Amino acid sequence: MTGLWAVLITTFLASAVEAIEMVTIVVGVGATRGWRSTIIGAASGFAVLAVTVLILGAALSVVPIGPLRLVIGALLLVFGLQWFRKGIMRVAARGLAGIGGSDPHGDAELWREPGMDWTAWFLAFKGVVLEGLEVAIIVVSFGAGANQLGGAVVGGVGAIVVVGAAGVALHNTVRRVPRSLLQLVVGILLTTFGTFWSLEGLGVSWPASDGAILGLLVLYVLTAVTYITMERNRALGLSPAA
Amino acid sequence: MPPPFTWIVAAARFLYHFIVGDDWTMAVAVFIGLVLSAILNANHLVAWWLIPVIVVAMLGISLRRASRKAR
Repeated sequence: MTGLWAVLITTFLASAVEAIEMVTIVVGVGATRGWRSTIIGAASGFAVLAVTVLILGAALSVVPIGPLRLVIGALLLVFGLQWFRKGIMRVAARGLAGIGGSDPHGDAELWREPGMDWTAWFLAFKGVVLEGLEVAIIVVSFGAGANQLGGAVVGGVGAIVVVGAAGVALHNTVRRVPRSLLQLVVGILLTTFGTFWSLEGLGVSWPASDGAILGLLVLYVLTAVTYITMERNRALGLSPAA
Repeated sequence: MPPPFTWIVAAARFLYHFIVGDDWTMAVAVFIGLVLSAILNANHLVAWWLIPVIVVAMLGISLRRASRKAR
């Protein structure tokens, strides 16, 4: 019984770390681009994940996660950099216009066409597939290792449900944030995870392991603050661009 | 153009816009950074610092270029 609880709690905590990354991406993209395509992308990701888990089952523990992390991390990094750059330019130009109300220029990234927003779909899809696959690998590894697959499944699924519910509860708060600031925040988050995953995929060791994500986040936030200040000074003519 | 080619061109345009975006130099710098990080790592040298440095430097260069264009 002690073994079951140990596996359940360990799997829950390890899966929660991955689920937080998954939910952060989905909520950030949904709030910035719109929810419809993001939710369809996340649902598609879960469907692919379910089929993969059903087909591969215990063989998941030998899936080469390194190349997958490299490809998905590099895509997130390049895409996140675009939003990081646009976010800096927009926040530098408009400040926090729209906070607590509506920003007349702030909805530029919001998808208004009747069809699918494939950018939002793709970002949500790959966030769910990569992180979900990591949860599945954690579940299979811990479960098979301790011969407690049932407890490990409950721990893994429980982490996704709990963290997902927290994301749903917080999404209304996220909606009140001005879009320019939101784009900057999501750009920083995507760049952070993209940097971390792409280098992990190459087999590079990070100092402090997963703790390096926090270090990267601090570095990129400081970078954003510095460049926003420089852009504002430039616009005011305090410092020449040439 | 027949439909299959139209779809291929549309998909290629989407992928280019999605991956590369407004400033292609940032995507190229990231690609070169990842190749160099792989080389450093293969030679047992510390490699984690290179991509964050490239991100910070390329953002500065790209923003400077954009503000010059806007003038």
